[in-house]
Amino acid sequence: MTVLTHAFTPGPIVASGPVKLTLMAPVARFSLRLRAANIPAVSKAIGVDLATTVGARAANGTTETICLGPDEWLIIAKPDDTETLVKACADVYASATHSLTEVSAREVTVRIEGERAAELLTIGCPRDIDTIPVGGGCRTVIDGVTVVLWRDAEQSFRMDIWRSFALHVIDLLCTGCKEFAAE
Amino acid sequence: MLLIHCPYCNQTLPEAEFTYAGEAHIARPSDPSSVSDEEWRDFLFIRTNVKGPHYERWRHFHGCGRYFNAVRDTVSDRFLITYKTDDPRPELSKLLEKSK
Repeated sequence: MTVLTHAFTPGPIVASGPVKLTLMAPVARFSLRLRAANIPAVSKAIGVDLATTVGARAANGTTETICLGPDEWLIIAKPDDTETLVKACADVYASATHSLTEVSAREVTVRIEGERAAELLTIGCPRDIDTIPVGGGCRTVIDGVTVVLWRDAEQSFRMDIWRSFALHVIDLLCTGCKEFAAE
Repeated sequence: MLLIHCPYCNQTLPEAEFTYAGEAHIARPSDPSSVSDEEWRDFLFIRTNVKGPHYERWRHFHGCGRYFNAVRDTVSDRFLITYKTDDPRPELSKLLEKSK
């Protein structure tokens, strides 16, 4: 059975109020798994020094990485860079075994910003938001859904949500925005 | 909500990110076809069901995704320690002394 999923047209979701929500344009996403010994070789190939602390980020231009686990990273890049990145990794595969999987279509990203952005997240996220440093991130849970949270500024976050759960999570965030507006 | 220390993330995080994964340190017989039905049944189903400090597995499901081991008191729900899966099983007497 073919199931038509939501189109997820990028653009503002909540445009005014103490928190603004914006659906961001599609990006290339990759899941990277590798052993510690191969980190230098693969870092060199993708042009980013992969961080080894869980939650730490590293970037080079438009290519961003976040360490999600002891052997797992998420790479975000411009869609145009997909081929270059895949080829660069394939070239070092023989000497530095790794697994690079394109997961671009798996998630959509919502930008959450505004003076009460961190407070809005507490609607479903049990983690203490204050413990996420600016320029860091984490994989966590919001209302039962696994998401990757990137903290770009004190009150500016990006949330990567799996497509099939995105409508639910966005709806929840909208509810929070309405609650702020009603105060 | 319980706060659980993930030894891989090295952070103490809310229970909602974790899932329980049964008793720890249960080794699968290396040659299953050579064990008796009773031994295989014990491996699959028979657990200690401790009242008190319990060696158990947890998984940081909504986080790094790793399984790790923990010693939790099943009466008070207090975690005595969490440790990586390849770390040796900690001595209970030392843990109890430390927690006093």
